[in-house]
Amino acid sequence: MVRYEDKTLVDFVVIGGGGAGAVVAKELSGHGFQVVILEQGPYLHEGDFEHDELKFKNIYVSPAIGHEVLTNDHALQPNTFRKTESEKASLLPYIEYGRCIGGGTVHFTANYWRFHEIDFHERSTRGEVPGTGLDDWPISYAELEPYYTKAEWELGISGLAGSNPFDPPRSKPYPLPPMPMKSSGVLLEQGARKLGWHPYPAPLAILTQPYKGRAACANCGFCEYFGCEWGAKSSTLATVIPMAEKTGRCEIRANSYVRKISTDLRGRVDGVIYFDAKKHEHFQRAKAVVVCCNGTETPRLLLMSKSNLFPQGLANSSGLVGKYFMIDLGSLCQGTFEQPLNEYKGVRVTRVVQDFYDSDPKRGFFGGGGIDTRFDFYPISFALNGLPPDAPRWGAGFKNTLIENFNRTMTVFSHTTCLPLESNSISLDPEVKDAWGLPAMRITYKSHPDDFSTLKFFSERSLELLDAAGAIRKWAVPIEDATSAGHLMGTCRMGNDPKNSVVDKYHRAQDVPNLFLVDGSSFVTSGRNQPTCTIQALAYRAADHITRMAKTGSIL
Amino acid sequence: MTMNIGEASRRQFLLGSLSGLSSAWLALRWPAILAAQEHAQRAEASGQPAQFQFFSPEQAIEIEAMAAQIIPSGDTPGAHEAGVIYFIDRVLVTFDRDKQPGYSQGLKDLQYRTQELFPNANRISCLTPAQKIQVLTAIEKTDFFELVRLHTIMGFLAKPSYGGNRDQVGWKAIGFEDRMTHVPPFGYYDRRFGKNQK
Repeated sequence: MVRYEDKTLVDFVVIGGGGAGAVVAKELSGHGFQVVILEQGPYLHEGDFEHDELKFKNIYVSPAIGHEVLTNDHALQPNTFRKTESEKASLLPYIEYGRCIGGGTVHFTANYWRFHEIDFHERSTRGEVPGTGLDDWPISYAELEPYYTKAEWELGISGLAGSNPFDPPRSKPYPLPPMPMKSSGVLLEQGARKLGWHPYPAPLAILTQPYKGRAACANCGFCEYFGCEWGAKSSTLATVIPMAEKTGRCEIRANSYVRKISTDLRGRVDGVIYFDAKKHEHFQRAKAVVVCCNGTETPRLLLMSKSNLFPQGLANSSGLVGKYFMIDLGSLCQGTFEQPLNEYKGVRVTRVVQDFYDSDPKRGFFGGGGIDTRFDFYPISFALNGLPPDAPRWGAGFKNTLIENFNRTMTVFSHTTCLPLESNSISLDPEVKDAWGLPAMRITYKSHPDDFSTLKFFSERSLELLDAAGAIRKWAVPIEDATSAGHLMGTCRMGNDPKNSVVDKYHRAQDVPNLFLVDGSSFVTSGRNQPTCTIQALAYRAADHITRMAKTGSIL
Repeated sequence: MTMNIGEASRRQFLLGSLSGLSSAWLALRWPAILAAQEHAQRAEASGQPAQFQFFSPEQAIEIEAMAAQIIPSGDTPGAHEAGVIYFIDRVLVTFDRDKQPGYSQGLKDLQYRTQELFPNANRISCLTPAQKIQVLTAIEKTDFFELVRLHTIMGFLAKPSYGGNRDQVGWKAIGFEDRMTHVPPFGYYDRRFGKNQK
């Protein structure tokens, strides 16, 4: 791999080597530019991953078990949290994101949903939603479509084109056929058909056949929360990172934690200040910077990069950096069945239903979503969180329920709208510091009442589905304010008007001509909370435009 | 040395069924795969400590008595057969070192509650099963009980290399098989669906 010195003026520094940053770095280095990826987490490989529930943290269960290896470590990087701006925020491990080369695509479940056409213009189609900042995107689905296709074909996505009647138009089918249907898929398929819904094979960033020198999935079952030991999950670690390295122009500098983006007297970015693994400070010079740190760390870094020229934080003349923060909302229901499902084997999700994707005014609230069926557990997390609410918590009754249910339980998981509220935000905590002495991230978040209505609606549909599928018992996990958040979106929204947006439709900072923000922070709306596919399509599109601008001399 | 099923099947899978993959692919991954195996084997070799590192033998007997009620033995092995006590002892000197005071204080409180309920006994381990359940029911809302419950479940179902789940008795009890590859159909409903399609 190529090595650059700090003092070398490279073309681009890409901050964050995750789902978006790795794509941008691969594209830019492939077009002949010198690129340095600065990633705060480690550069792990398939050999570092194991089937070990205590080694890799199961991040969506409480109590959380295991260690924060693939995700941010709250002992080093504490968050503070409050529901509203009038409260004082207190310490709470709230935000979860991938913190390694490959980012969240290393541990994600690999659901790979495109947005629908309506997602880009819900405000003008459905009208205002009082109390929210619901707005249209400055781009359309049609503009993004070629890049969805590019992502699917370059990374390796499995699925069945034309199987979902609600799918937006596509220019090419999926490069790989869908995974074999598991019992949870059959139960969704049969239950949903009875209800008149339209289930279809889940699009997944997992290889069903060998593809581009990578092995097919061997159904080991350790996808969600785990790194794939076969490289069959189409993370950026397994796909574009090796391609970027092969260009000979992209250096991957892991364990490099950026604390400030530096600007010159003209207000242009001239490099970044970062800590290496030993906490020594460096200054990497760059002609342009692309920030791909996720919907929470990107605004935090901009706010930490304030200067005389940018007293509100970098690229923040609109005052909107950190605002309109959106998270992964969804409802969970569980059911048990008479016969064994053995759901712990194979990929998590094999069937999805999107009949309620669109917001429908007849329901009396704004919001929609999709539903999948899966087994959302591993042995320990199941014993702690997977039993019916009235099951004994210890003793013979507990053990018997555990044995009876482990292979007979199915989760129905919905993924729903999270409305953008200006009052939901990422800011710098005025008191708490991280292990590097930098201001801790402060989260302010409270769901809009319509989001709760959406969750309730989907919880009811999920219970109907369990009935139709023949569950012998079913129960809903209570709907309450989120106590943790992944799928971090909003916070540096994209728009045409610099007064109402942080980046333009090409992800260029409205205030800084050689600074780009490419990740979930650009999202104007949340879609239906499966953001990875769209983050990566945006990354391919942004890289295309950045390349064009760089080659015509308008950046570098 | 016995390799666990996951490691064995990984090797088998590599040697047996990857013939369709390029040797370059294998060569690229061999070092990583061997390193992973070695790591697991080292951990396995040290999986059964000869002596307790945190508990005194007397304390271990009390915690073991609790664990054996939380996941009792019966038709299938329980916390006792899984060697959960060794797991708990290990985690208290490794990644859960900060839970040591919780155990030290909890053991004292346990003794107090035991004596309160059964004046002639000062150790839960000496009681009959019904009496043990009575004591644990009295303390089941305490942080100490929650902690022992959490560690017992973890020790029953974690990778055996952590010292518990001996011979994978916890995994076998719930019907979980740790393998690098599984072959569909996996369960009753996908098997039946496949048959109906034919």
